[in-house]
Amino acid sequence: MFSRVLVANRGEIARRVIRACRALGIETVAVYSDADADAPHVREADRAVRVGPPPAVQSYLNMEAILQAARQTGCDAIHPGYGFLSERAEFARRCEAAGLVFIGPPAGVIAAMGDKVRARRLMHQAGVPVVPGSLDGLPEDPAAAADAAEAVGYPLMIKAAGGGGGIGMVRVAGPADLPAALEVAARRARQAFGNAALYVERLLDRPRHVEVQLLGDRHGRLVHLYERDCSVQRRHQKIIEESPSPALDEATRDALTAAAVRAGTAVGYQSAGTVEFLLDRDGRFYFLEMNTRIQVEHPVTEMRTGVDLVQLQIRLAAGEPLPLAQEDIRPRGHALECRICAEDPVTLYPAPGTVTAYREPSGPHVRVDSGVEAGTAVTPYYDSLLAKVVVWADDRPAAIARMIQALQAYRIEGVATNIPLHLRVLAHPEFAAGRHHTEFLAELAAARPPV
Amino acid sequence: MEIRAPLTGTVLRVVVSPGGRVRAGEPVAVLESMKMEIAVESAADGVVTEVRRQPGDLVQAGDVLVVLDAAGPGGV
Repeated sequence: MFSRVLVANRGEIARRVIRACRALGIETVAVYSDADADAPHVREADRAVRVGPPPAVQSYLNMEAILQAARQTGCDAIHPGYGFLSERAEFARRCEAAGLVFIGPPAGVIAAMGDKVRARRLMHQAGVPVVPGSLDGLPEDPAAAADAAEAVGYPLMIKAAGGGGGIGMVRVAGPADLPAALEVAARRARQAFGNAALYVERLLDRPRHVEVQLLGDRHGRLVHLYERDCSVQRRHQKIIEESPSPALDEATRDALTAAAVRAGTAVGYQSAGTVEFLLDRDGRFYFLEMNTRIQVEHPVTEMRTGVDLVQLQIRLAAGEPLPLAQEDIRPRGHALECRICAEDPVTLYPAPGTVTAYREPSGPHVRVDSGVEAGTAVTPYYDSLLAKVVVWADDRPAAIARMIQALQAYRIEGVATNIPLHLRVLAHPEFAAGRHHTEFLAELAAARPPV
Repeated sequence: MEIRAPLTGTVLRVVVSPGGRVRAGEPVAVLESMKMEIAVESAADGVVTEVRRQPGDLVQAGDVLVVLDAAGPGGV
């Protein structure tokens, strides 16, 4: 087992990893930018190293500074969390070259799944259904790109080959909109991923987003920990996640989890990872992408299975065999997570500020993973996630009721949050009935809030 | 008329330059805050007289980004 781990992240996930390390008897080293010098994760780690000024490219994405921090503090492994360097194959490679264990899958697996076109092709070959669309990248020539788009059929979605997570996606209603959409998508892809390559997928009609959690060890054993339904999304970003999915019957669940294991096996997956699918109105599912890291919404699975994913991820990286067989994983009840973001409830814009008063909800089966406390400055440099509220109950209605209570008791002052939006969703009959889809929130936001 | 930042963030792009003409609803700049891009639109037709902020600048909500000489009633 490792003796000291550097946590190359910030906010709630840095604190989550620090807690997992502490439980395993591992010392932790935090890194921070100048914007985060007083952040909770810096205090909670055993040591902390400044890695640069506020912009992420100069701090949390600064590979050299982070590797240097790990070397100078005598770490034997680096946990990347999610976002930032977590899915950069080059970083995993450089960790290895520096004699540090990257807590995640091998660099080759990150690279294979990070190239979304290559991932689609790999999955198709492994017999995993993919979203209908091009199996090759889109040609750069506008006329050839138009032909490729026509072959896929409108409406469609242009996506960046270099990365996922909803970043750089552009929806195209018909051929007239294609040239402008290609230009926007290529620019965003270049900015976000340094790679302007694009591909197209047919737009599914109001699908659901359902994903499967995997855990693989370095000895060829791979299990799934069932699904999470993340259909409540805004601008392709998830804000509510739950398990089980209210949209799956047992037969579809079995087929979906089997497809996810097939996907993981095909790439030799190791560590914690997630296979994302879209589920259409007829119950057919299609591979969307694979996230080769711990995900924001991992606590949903932890609450429902009792498995500590972050601790296991660390143990697997240290070479331990998976201590669980598939039949040992027995999900119970219903788990639900709401992402609490700094967001203006009227304009829906991100809302940086300083938290002036703070009190978390508590009670049986209520978990809060947060990155802030009273006095924390919420800056414009990083994403708007402040905290995650996760609840568990015997069934879905009880979980929703428990979440409403928890959110009503959550006190965050000084920074506007999306808690009012969550309360509207949780009380909505479509959500209560489990009939919502990935367009549900956009439709709800377009409707005027009740006065 | 002054076009102000609707939120705190970093200037990603300024898409107008002095002397340029803009119409109401057209973007004059793009801000980035918390990993989100927000286009700042002009509230009126007019001619750009001044660009106060450059890409990379950190701006607070309410800071003036661009100054316009708004067209009179009926437009130009």
